[in-house]
Amino acid sequence: MFSFAIKRVLSTIPVMLFVAFFVFSLLYLAPGDPAALIAGDQASPAEIARIRDSLGLDEPMLWRFLEWIGHVLRGNLGVSIFSQLPVSTLIAQRLEPTLSLMGLTLIISVTIAVPLGVLAAAWQGTWVDRLVMAIAVFGFSVPVFVIGYLLSYVFAIRLDLLPVQGYSPLADGVLSFLRNLILPAMALSCVYIALIARITRTSMIDVLSQDYIRTARAKGLGAAPVLFLHALKNASVPVVTVIGLGIAMLIGGAVVTETVFAIPGVGRLVVDAILRRDYPVIQGVVLLFSMGYVLINLGIDLLYTLLDPRVRY
Amino acid sequence: MKCLKLTGALLALAMTLACGTALAADVLRIKPSGDVKALDPHLGSDSMARNYGYMVYDTLFAMDASLAIKPQMVDTWSKSDDGKTYKFTLRDGLKFSDGTPVTSKDVIASLKRWSVNDSLGQQLNAKGASWAAQDDRTFTLTLSESWGLVLDALGKAGAPVPFIMPARIADATPPNEAVKDHTGSGPFVFLGDEWVPGAKLAFAKNPFYKPRSEEASGLAGGKVAKVDRIEWTIIPDQQTALDALRKGEIDIDEDLSADLIPLAKEAEGVAVANQDDIGVAQQIRLNTIQPPFNNPLLRKALLTAVNGDDFLAAVITDPSLGKSCQSFYSCSSPYATKAGFPTPDIEKARALVAQSGYDGTPAVLLDATENANIHAFVTVTDQLLKDIGIKTRVDAMDWATVTSRRQSKEPVDKGGWSIFISGPGGLDFLEPVGHLGLRSNCEKAWFGWPCDEQIETMRTQFAGLTDLAQRKALAEKIQLRAVETVPYVPIGTQYQIRAYRSNLTGILTPPAPVYWNIARK
Repeated sequence: MFSFAIKRVLSTIPVMLFVAFFVFSLLYLAPGDPAALIAGDQASPAEIARIRDSLGLDEPMLWRFLEWIGHVLRGNLGVSIFSQLPVSTLIAQRLEPTLSLMGLTLIISVTIAVPLGVLAAAWQGTWVDRLVMAIAVFGFSVPVFVIGYLLSYVFAIRLDLLPVQGYSPLADGVLSFLRNLILPAMALSCVYIALIARITRTSMIDVLSQDYIRTARAKGLGAAPVLFLHALKNASVPVVTVIGLGIAMLIGGAVVTETVFAIPGVGRLVVDAILRRDYPVIQGVVLLFSMGYVLINLGIDLLYTLLDPRVRY
Repeated sequence: MKCLKLTGALLALAMTLACGTALAADVLRIKPSGDVKALDPHLGSDSMARNYGYMVYDTLFAMDASLAIKPQMVDTWSKSDDGKTYKFTLRDGLKFSDGTPVTSKDVIASLKRWSVNDSLGQQLNAKGASWAAQDDRTFTLTLSESWGLVLDALGKAGAPVPFIMPARIADATPPNEAVKDHTGSGPFVFLGDEWVPGAKLAFAKNPFYKPRSEEASGLAGGKVAKVDRIEWTIIPDQQTALDALRKGEIDIDEDLSADLIPLAKEAEGVAVANQDDIGVAQQIRLNTIQPPFNNPLLRKALLTAVNGDDFLAAVITDPSLGKSCQSFYSCSSPYATKAGFPTPDIEKARALVAQSGYDGTPAVLLDATENANIHAFVTVTDQLLKDIGIKTRVDAMDWATVTSRRQSKEPVDKGGWSIFISGPGGLDFLEPVGHLGLRSNCEKAWFGWPCDEQIETMRTQFAGLTDLAQRKALAEKIQLRAVETVPYVPIGTQYQIRAYRSNLTGILTPPAPVYWNIARK
């Protein structure tokens, strides 16, 4: 399995570079001039040209990309056109808030969604099932920013329990960390809970109709052990898959959530970079996201073998 | 004994908490109107870099509340009888934020660097500006001919501002590259290690800064830092920013969006006021070198059709938030005049279009859709052009694309453009010489490249005048000519609105938001 993991990681390097090149090409072909943005609205063409020249923006796209790859292979993601700070520093500054938001969202979502899905399957067709599915439909239908504003209005403005915005690093204390993060994580969880609960329900319904479940019940095993010990483990392969793939949705949702709650995360970093055409930052973050996806998929594949012994590599 | 110890511990705790509260009260939290793109106020005309500059750097001269230029770092100055030589002496005891003294050498290096990117600085250089240090505090400026705008240039508040930085930085950093060392001469110190680009900037009180003894006035006077620390938190969402202000998580929200003003006015503990009295000069910029607007009659037709009130009504509901001014100068400028400016008249505009021989070339409007103001103004312009018989095409894009596309001098069918909407600070539209929009020096002019020798000659003449009445008369002549050439179409002034905690005192209203002089009740 170790050699499989190594091969898998190595084989994805060209994929990551292709993705970075693709995104870079798209941005390069799209109009937009970082020099003009640095110079300001009232800059003359001559001033913009001077800045373009100093930034090397007139060099051919392929040359700039190759130069960037050369730096990346030496462990250097380049320097932001605007802040003049290393891209690795910018990403490092923003990574903790985003990972914290995603991590807490994942914990909240799985903790709530899996039991909801199991209960809906166990009481299929009853009011419990209908209620869970209604929650799922709500979670899917209402945009994250609407839920964010709603939560903020209730818990931060009306009840004055939590802050409206901002991020407090974990190093500054767990309490303030959670106080700042709980609302954004709850907002982001809604869609994720809906997704996981639906998949869990479907998968559980499928498993609960299997012979071995009927046998377990016939042998007099209680409802809880049947559901959570026998059925859930076998139903969890598609659930794990959707949790992994759903992280892609989380990244998209994190951009919105970070904006609504003013969290200085990677999502906002990349949106700002795109609006400013800060090419090195965009490339660095895309590379990071690509790597994240690869590792998540690898993790899911490896997890399959633990959940289902029939899966072998 | 135990009781005493307990009491002592409780007292210590109370004092700690009290200190903590006091420290917290000394932090002023600001939501700025945008993010600083590059930390160098000499680099370009970005207003956020200018605002950052006022935190960290000081200037030789500065504009006071009445828009008069007053000495700031300068103690005394004199001008020779022929108007060609200026002598300046710095105030005693001026120091940079690293504790080193500010010298003539630093001033000269800074001004030379600034002048490369600034239009007034370039004009100063064109007059043969030669700087010389006489000693550490005294220096001279010698010109090849007299020029009436020397102090206006050195005290200008529009970006880029002639901020003073150490010579070791100014000399070592080319004017088109951002400085990496942020040692400044102003009332606050930039805390670089706390900087999270796009999210947060922090500043501390500069212990070496020596304020002037006068009261603070506009951008001039005593810049006394009354808080220990200032934090700029970039909050991209306007509603979130207002909520944070209501809860006291921030103290000042710069540039509140118009739709949230009623909510802010209702909020407890929140006050709302104009950021400044000059506002931004909203305008329709025309490409004068490509059809259809290379035809002056079509440009005049649009000028005749535009009713600033209709445009402003598309973005503001409260008339006090903006006003149309039928002038090429900012409404608050001493040179503002209605001379020659046509009264809005659609029928007359249609007649001008018919008279122009318009061949049906569509006007291409660049619409920066993420900007609510620009998008609304483009929509109104589009309809207005159709109403007067000009074909249009609206190209939707983001502002970054607009800034790139507007550099194109190609015809509209080859990726060019006809119109973009912009709202530069009204400060840059106060008088004809520094006036960005009126500049009609062809290739060197702002995008749209208007070309008119008469306007350029009069602008040069204006710089040589010192008498206000004469200046006013000439400014009016320039406007009369601009009404014929129409380098752009003024829409009006829109005020930026600031919301802040009502327990703050000493908030100033100069053209750039500044954070000295502010304390809590």
